[in-house]
Amino acid sequence: MFETFSALDLARFQFAFTISAHIIFPAFTIGLASFLAVLNALWLWRGDPVYLRLFDYWKTIFAVVFGMGVVSGIVMSYQFGTNWSVFSDKAGPIVGPLMGYEVLSAFFLEAGFLGVMLFGRQRVGEGVHMAATAIVAIGTLFSAFWILSVNSWMQTPTGYGVNAAGQFVPEDWLAVIFNPSFPYRLVHMVLAAYLTTAFMVGGVGAWHLIRSPDSRGAAIMFSMAMWMALAVTPLQIVAGDAHGLNTLKHQPAKIAAMEGHYEGFPQGGAPLILFGLPDDQAEVTRWKVEIPYLGSLILTHSLDVPLKGLKDFPPEDRPKSALIFWTFRIMVAVGFAMLGIGLWAAWARFRKRLYTARWLHLAAVAMAPSGFLAVLCGWITTEVGRQPFTVYGLLRTVDSASPLQAGAVGASLMAFVLVYIFVFGTGTLYVLRLMSLRPRDRIETEEIGPTRTAAPGPVTLEGQDG
Amino acid sequence: MADLAEIWAAIIAFAVLAYVVLDGFDLGIGILFPVLKDRQERHVAMNTIAPVWDGNETWLVLGGGGLFAVFPLAYAVVMPALYPLIIAMLLGLVFRGVAFEFIHRSARRKGFWEAGFFAGSVVAALAQGMALGALVQGIAVEGRAYAGGTWDWLTPFSALTALALLVGYALLGAGWLIWKTGGDTQARARRCALPLAVALLALIGAVSLATPFLRPEYLARWFSWPSGIWSAVVPVLMALAAWHLWRGLRDHDDRRPFLATVAIFVLCYLGLGISFYPNIVPPGLSIADAAAPAASLRFLLVGAAVLVPMILVYTSWSYWVFRGKIGPEDGYH
Repeated sequence: MFETFSALDLARFQFAFTISAHIIFPAFTIGLASFLAVLNALWLWRGDPVYLRLFDYWKTIFAVVFGMGVVSGIVMSYQFGTNWSVFSDKAGPIVGPLMGYEVLSAFFLEAGFLGVMLFGRQRVGEGVHMAATAIVAIGTLFSAFWILSVNSWMQTPTGYGVNAAGQFVPEDWLAVIFNPSFPYRLVHMVLAAYLTTAFMVGGVGAWHLIRSPDSRGAAIMFSMAMWMALAVTPLQIVAGDAHGLNTLKHQPAKIAAMEGHYEGFPQGGAPLILFGLPDDQAEVTRWKVEIPYLGSLILTHSLDVPLKGLKDFPPEDRPKSALIFWTFRIMVAVGFAMLGIGLWAAWARFRKRLYTARWLHLAAVAMAPSGFLAVLCGWITTEVGRQPFTVYGLLRTVDSASPLQAGAVGASLMAFVLVYIFVFGTGTLYVLRLMSLRPRDRIETEEIGPTRTAAPGPVTLEGQDG
Repeated sequence: MADLAEIWAAIIAFAVLAYVVLDGFDLGIGILFPVLKDRQERHVAMNTIAPVWDGNETWLVLGGGGLFAVFPLAYAVVMPALYPLIIAMLLGLVFRGVAFEFIHRSARRKGFWEAGFFAGSVVAALAQGMALGALVQGIAVEGRAYAGGTWDWLTPFSALTALALLVGYALLGAGWLIWKTGGDTQARARRCALPLAVALLALIGAVSLATPFLRPEYLARWFSWPSGIWSAVVPVLMALAAWHLWRGLRDHDDRRPFLATVAIFVLCYLGLGISFYPNIVPPGLSIADAAAPAASLRFLLVGAAVLVPMILVYTSWSYWVFRGKIGPEDGYH
């Protein structure tokens, strides 16, 4: 049944599928870990049990999402070897140690303190528990640091040489780690993770404000999330713009594909194609709606700097435009919608209507998953835009794959698709069910902290007080 | 250069051993799930590992990721060679891992996720055991790539090692339950441990007898001076560990059965190391051949020298925080 696809196509699809499924979880848990640390600090600082309740509420969700992130992440750490063995052999001496640092400095840290964070408040006391919670949050950021360094090196490789066996070998580790696109990508992704979490938290808060307007927990969630949206979205737009300029400098073909520019603009003055249908065969973008000069203004911050089009690159070196033209636009549109929500909420707050503005709450509920959409579209843009290379300009994707039969790759792909849809689909339902429980404002019983009896009973209704 | 590579071989070997022992008892508890009496007992068993399983599994990421980093050629050869096994193991670990949380989130499908926890643990254990057998048999390499077929790993020998690891993990799990639980659960684990121990020792014997005849170099290593000295020492130590295990079970000791099982695992691992060295992927890929350039080894070694001791300290601390027996009244969810 896999005759129509080559082993290479199937391996690419498998990587795209497993990494897309994976990135959803860390995009959420990076922000959630920091949010939990802040909630716990607020509980310790103010002694208001509503913060402890919120911590426990989101902690349970964090545990489920983190678990899915762990199991889907282990798949990724083996995916390089199973499907991309030539890449592993050649890029391993550079990419491998960076990922080794991720394991040593981040994964163990998160795993080592996660148990205490989730289950240990009473065993270790508040101070140590706070430290463990903060360490988990720091671990998620370390993880982002290293894996984005790896990804950025594949996009903009520096600091390497090539040895007799054809392997990339490190010559300057600082140049490898802090390669030209890394700072931009790191900031862009960490802000994206914070925004993803902010909009999930805000959406859940808004949902509960609609259903029970007097819920303090919901009001606090919504308020905190809207502050984040207001403060972080503008930063993210600036960071995204800077990342775009950086990409234009180092990967101009990717920019041309993102913009649907097949023809170059040697005199500058490129229009911004708002919408259109890039046709990679005919090398033309059809049905385009464009704004004159705006493309050059955005991309070069000037009107007369030359811009390359896809035709300025040999056909075998071009990324395909059809997909990333659109994923890029969706990401940007989501970003501006986030900005809109942030401003709307600020206005409502100014008018003292933040907790009663029904339309704002409905919009925030609708925007709850927007961060995931933006993150996925952004990653598709940058990864598909790196094609046809795995290590940009140096190692072609077609020369990176394992010597496997299409049948083996296809069968494992089917297995991943079926298992992931079932397992992570079910997990998503469980998370939604947890989110549908109304957050409690007070401590109803003497029970504080994470303990719960193991006796049979409606344990899944924990946190629901009617 | 060669020294750096051997230091790294030792670190990777340690990471894999740490994984086998630590996730071994986690997987063992999953394997023993059908033997446990009821939902409450399974819940208690799971709670003995809930705070630590994630850290235990991270050693597998270090084993795989470390191989990628410092022996990229070995990683690039072994993963395609064991392709279906690796995929099966990963999918097994997916079911096993999510079950920790999903069981508590599901109202009507608790039984399903319990079954998933069991099946995932069994599949992961069997896949790892088969991978071990396939490695011992040797992997065909041509140039810098795997040169065999999709199903080369499937042999009677790899089936034997798979069964041995499955039984070994189950025994580790039983030993852990003896240590961490009391009452009926502990008694049940103790009753399981004895037949598992007998079966494990028989399987280890069978694997040990078969191994030297798989490849002539193994035979030479085991029955020639000076490496042959281990042929005498390892079985003696193994007998000692088995005696401790038996005494621990008979005297109703809490910790001794687990620690003796760990000793058995360490000895088996040592035996494998003797067969493998100086190769990393038998028969032809040596530690030196597969090593990344010295600059890569040195760079990561600096981090490992600082971070691995720290990991051991805070991981031990986390175990210490959750020390003591777990009863039905202790819930971690």
